[in-house]
Amino acid sequence: MQTMIKVRDLARTYQMGDIEIHALRGVSFDIHRGEFVAIIGPSGSGKSTLMNLIGCLDAPSEGSYELDGLPVELLDTELLAAMRNRKIGFVFQQFHLLARGTALANVALPLAYRGGISSNERMERAAAALERVGLGNRLDHRPHQLSGGQQQRVAIARALVNDPALLLADEPTGALDTATSAEILGLFSDLNRSGMTVVLVTHEPDVARATRRLLEIRDGRLMRDVPTSEAWASQPTPTQRRRRLPVRQQWRIAP
Amino acid sequence: MTAHDSAGEPSAVRTHEAAALDAAIDDLLAGGISWRETAHFAFETLRTNPVRTLLTALGVLIGVAAVIALLAIGRGSQESITSSITANGANLITLRPGASTSGGVRGAVGESDSLTMNDAEALADPLRAPNIALVSPEYAGSAQLVTGSNNANARVTGATPVYAEVHNTTVEEGGFLSEAQNRSAENVVILGATIATTLFPDGGAVGEQVRLNGQNFTVIGVLKSSGGTGFGSVDDGVIVPLTTAQRKLFGARAIGGSWSVSTIVVQATSAETVDAAAEEVATILREDHSLPADGSGDTFSAINQQTILETVTQTTQLLTLFLGAIAAISLLVGGIGIMNIMLVSVRERTREIGLRKALGAKEGDILLQFLFESLALSGVGGLAGLILGSAIALSVNLTGLVTVSLSWDVALLAFGFALAVGLFFGIAPARSAARLDPIVALRYE
Ligand SMILES: Nc1ncnc2c1ncn2[C@@H]1O[C@H](COP(=O)(O)OP(=O)(O)OP(=O)(O)O)[C@@H](O)[C@H]1O
Ligand SMILES: [Mg+2]
Repeated sequence: MQTMIKVRDLARTYQMGDIEIHALRGVSFDIHRGEFVAIIGPSGSGKSTLMNLIGCLDAPSEGSYELDGLPVELLDTELLAAMRNRKIGFVFQQFHLLARGTALANVALPLAYRGGISSNERMERAAAALERVGLGNRLDHRPHQLSGGQQQRVAIARALVNDPALLLADEPTGALDTATSAEILGLFSDLNRSGMTVVLVTHEPDVARATRRLLEIRDGRLMRDVPTSEAWASQPTPTQRRRRLPVRQQWRIAP
Repeated sequence: MTAHDSAGEPSAVRTHEAAALDAAIDDLLAGGISWRETAHFAFETLRTNPVRTLLTALGVLIGVAAVIALLAIGRGSQESITSSITANGANLITLRPGASTSGGVRGAVGESDSLTMNDAEALADPLRAPNIALVSPEYAGSAQLVTGSNNANARVTGATPVYAEVHNTTVEEGGFLSEAQNRSAENVVILGATIATTLFPDGGAVGEQVRLNGQNFTVIGVLKSSGGTGFGSVDDGVIVPLTTAQRKLFGARAIGGSWSVSTIVVQATSAETVDAAAEEVATILREDHSLPADGSGDTFSAINQQTILETVTQTTQLLTLFLGAIAAISLLVGGIGIMNIMLVSVRERTREIGLRKALGAKEGDILLQFLFESLALSGVGGLAGLILGSAIALSVNLTGLVTVSLSWDVALLAFGFALAVGLFFGIAPARSAARLDPIVALRYE
């Protein structure tokens, strides 16, 4: 399998006046193309810090990080911006859609920053991405005219529109109710099944269970790196599974 | 496989990797958003906040409108003053008794200091003064004019027939003074346009009788109106024969057998010879009055129209500059308004900026977007100000109080200055936006 992410002794220290905050104290792992990974851990353990580093939004204090063969820690701000644009699709807990724009305009935004794509093609590709997340009939809706789940779908479509190598999501279901969370999680599973590498941060076991590998962070250190199937010693009963797993998974298991 | 081979292999791999890395980085650096697209984002923001856009642009609008209107009014009055001075003749020299320079203490104007008809004749001598074309001796005073039912106070000028040519006056009705009327000091009068309508509201002044300081005068002509706004306008005055003014109306003194005059207006042969003519005037008067040749004891003053024109032009230019400066300050205040709103806007849109950066916007892209916004604000304000300022100037023109002069160079200057103000005051907010850390910006509440 092809290595997509190669993290070695990655550390991030925040300087708050005289105090140093070691948010990340040196973690190492690889993630291969097509994996579906959950980063879990208690609040303040450094999950978002790690995610921001993986997402090229932040630079590490120490260690190295290679994404798709490129040494991220050596890149300047301009190249980091290009990396975020081309290689990475972000999904945020707060959706972060532009309130003034339609769903279509929001999804087309990364294509504009990529450059060299005609306006027509941008709209077509944005429409296709919205189609892919099941919002083909909501192209001209503005964020306030959409439900939370639909807004997160628009955000996912925006993350997909540039065909990124990597889909990153920091607590993507944190602002959604259980049923909607399950829908969104189903969407991530589908995308992963179609070959997309997905890394998400969560503190909900139900969400983590949908993934296939767990990275557990505690106090800035990697505590566990295990396949999801081995993470919970006692396997839940089929009925428990049905209740816990997202909607689409249920259909596949039920009969 | 030899040891040499296995040692060479890693370096070959490294160069291969380095080349691949270079290619990948070149690929990343290619493309990027075009400035047109960035401008589009900026305009979109302004379009979706029309009220804020208009209020922000208002400062610049008022500034530009003020610059345009005030400069148009300033220039207009400058032009009308200048033209009324040159209408009186740019090649004229006005002579009055009394020294022009205020050097030291001088006694009262004595008899020997007076200008007389002898002086006028001496100046008119083409042998002594080849650069002087015409000489108009004049005697000015004021008098009350009465008809059966109307009366008016007027400036009375005693003049010779040459007056009309020297002062460019045209007779609307009747005729001007004749040599004969002057010689025999007849009681005839020519009315200025305003005086004529005051005394004879129904017209038909020529041939009528007017009492002037208790004496009967016959109206022989009415002057054409000079426009009313003129400087030293003849519209409010009347003209009588010089001899009549000297002997019958104002009791001028006769000095050494020659009647005194209050003014001698000399016309040079052309505008270029005015200075030479002024020299001749000075020389002749000093000789005839036995005054020092160096001019230290001059008992007359010579005022050149050119000098008046220069002084007036300087004054009005200063006034125009002053008006322009006040207007420019209001434009500057408009620019500060833009900066203020843009700084607030950057704060308000911190999360949007963070998001754009997370999606791949570079620092330069964000900088440009906000610069375009402030430029568009000042551009819109400038354009609207151009229209409003011109409208104000034109409506001032309609009132007839001042003639205004709109010009393209002022309009372009004001608009360009507005854009420059927008750019200058847009830089600080745009930089603060461009430098935001995406993570911090995304978390901003
Ligand atoms: N910008 C910052 N400046 C200073 N300290 C920071 C900053 N960002 C994070 N930290 C600190 O780093 C540590 C890790 O934060 P991080 O946001 O990665 O936690 P997390 O695992 O994502 O938590 P949560 O589950 O609550 O989101 C925390 O102690 C936090 O206070
Ligand atoms: Mg977090």
